[in-house]
Amino acid sequence: MGWAIALHGGAGDIPLSLPPERREPREAGLRHCLDIGVAALKAGRPILDVVELVVRELENWPYFNAGRGSVLTTDGTVEMEACIMDGATMDCGAVSGLTTVVNPISLARVVMEKTPHIYLGFEGAEAFAKEQGLETADPSHFITPENVERLKQAKEAKAVQVDYTEPSNAEIENGGPLMESSGGTVGCVAADGLGGLAAATSTGGLVNKMAGRIGDTPVIGAGTYANSFCAVSATGIGEAIIRGTVARDVAAVMEFRGLSLKEAAAFVVERGPKRTTGLVAVSADGEVAMPYNTIGMFRACATQDGYSEVSIWN
Amino acid sequence: MEASIMDGPRRRCGAVSGLTTVKNPISLARLVMDRSPHSYLAFDGAEEFAREQGVEVVDNDYFITEENVGMLKLAKEANTILFDYRVPLAETCSKAAAAAAAEDGGGLQMMNGLPLSVYAQETVGCVVVDSQGRCAAATSTGGLMNKKSGRIGDSPIIGAGTYACGACAVSCTGEGEAILRGTLARDVAALMEYKGLSLQEAVDFVIKERLDEGMAGLIAVSGTGDVAYGFNCTGMFRGCASSDGFLDVGIWN
Repeated sequence: MGWAIALHGGAGDIPLSLPPERREPREAGLRHCLDIGVAALKAGRPILDVVELVVRELENWPYFNAGRGSVLTTDGTVEMEACIMDGATMDCGAVSGLTTVVNPISLARVVMEKTPHIYLGFEGAEAFAKEQGLETADPSHFITPENVERLKQAKEAKAVQVDYTEPSNAEIENGGPLMESSGGTVGCVAADGLGGLAAATSTGGLVNKMAGRIGDTPVIGAGTYANSFCAVSATGIGEAIIRGTVARDVAAVMEFRGLSLKEAAAFVVERGPKRTTGLVAVSADGEVAMPYNTIGMFRACATQDGYSEVSIWN
Repeated sequence: MEASIMDGPRRRCGAVSGLTTVKNPISLARLVMDRSPHSYLAFDGAEEFAREQGVEVVDNDYFITEENVGMLKLAKEANTILFDYRVPLAETCSKAAAAAAAEDGGGLQMMNGLPLSVYAQETVGCVVVDSQGRCAAATSTGGLMNKKSGRIGDSPIIGAGTYACGACAVSCTGEGEAILRGTLARDVAALMEYKGLSLQEAVDFVIKERLDEGMAGLIAVSGTGDVAYGFNCTGMFRGCASSDGFLDVGIWN
């Protein structure tokens, strides 16, 4: 029992040979964001605040594929999406197609709290952000040289690529052209030990994606979900996570089959196509699970009993 | 307009949102599934894909009916009674009831002074199982009357408004927000898969337990040839048929 928090910075074929200059800033980011989350939990902040502020930090960290540092569409632009869900009430908010909003997760929360809707996309979402006075920046603010380079490589390989990996020729279940697992999506789940549970996820999507492509992150039940059993945030190939209703299934397997969080999370991830899925999850009683079927997943967690971890591989 | 389609046997899916000129959104959703590397395309990107694929497009005003222009005008006038005459909502219609609901709060989602359910138009959908037990589901909608521009509902969301797998195919209609939070379509299948419920049992459970204050309905078929539907509101326009000669068209219970 007690509080628990877990966060991720993306699952993918993260090569074991990842050079220090690419590994260290991400590990530092995870550590920094974990500390912020733990401090907020210890200070008794509402659980939605905890996941929102951790994801805001992850969005601001330019080495993750969310907010600043988002990967680029095939047009060289950034289209960001995010989602937040409150386990106790099952209220949720989601946004897609953002180009100027500095913290997409905060806009998702405002959609949840200030509209009768759950999900706003594209121009309508951007207009709403301005109405609500959220911080915006020129689209160029979000673009990093690393991602310009990634897009260039992906186009050369005529691939839809994911972070961390070189484009390869793996085929996805949809039978479409190659897809690597997408890394870099960020997410945070937390439980306050008193029944409060929340999940938040944010991403720039897939490198070289078609303009207007929506992934699993803003799809309730796919990339993000929370109810009274658990809170889940997923990362990987969006298309596989959508068809697998990954986040919802973790909770459903706990509820309908009586499995523990760890068992349910492992079951759902193992069932999906290889190299497509990772997730972080916490249960109402403070259990943590961080399974993935890719080579690695940037992740961190901490629980009230003093345990904490920042890792990439097994 | 938005739509989604899902193919049970391999759980392939396609979805679109924010369409303004595509004559048949469901067909574009299918093309997303079959001819793009993605599952979900929206707004300008979806419209562009439509043109690339050569699907039929028309002027935006092709879709607009006089009736809907009239209803939008009413909807915008705060506290005006508005309901879809085609499915009369008895007690929720009166000004007094709306005022009481607003005061009461009662967890009812409100929009412009009226309960959200009043704005729910008839999303359309279809679920099918063939003689080999293969299921598919498809849903299409214009969304909520007077919705915020850019609002996405449940119809294009796999697991919410549409779902199909080996066990069943489901298509939902009603308050999108309630269907989204309740992941209604996936829950029907999950109950069958993880708890061994029959199609009808799963449908009944979801309608009864997963909707709270929200109003919604759904149609479903199973891989073993059952057909079922459920709704917690006054009525749901529906039709169903099976190969043994059964045929039914209904509105209320």
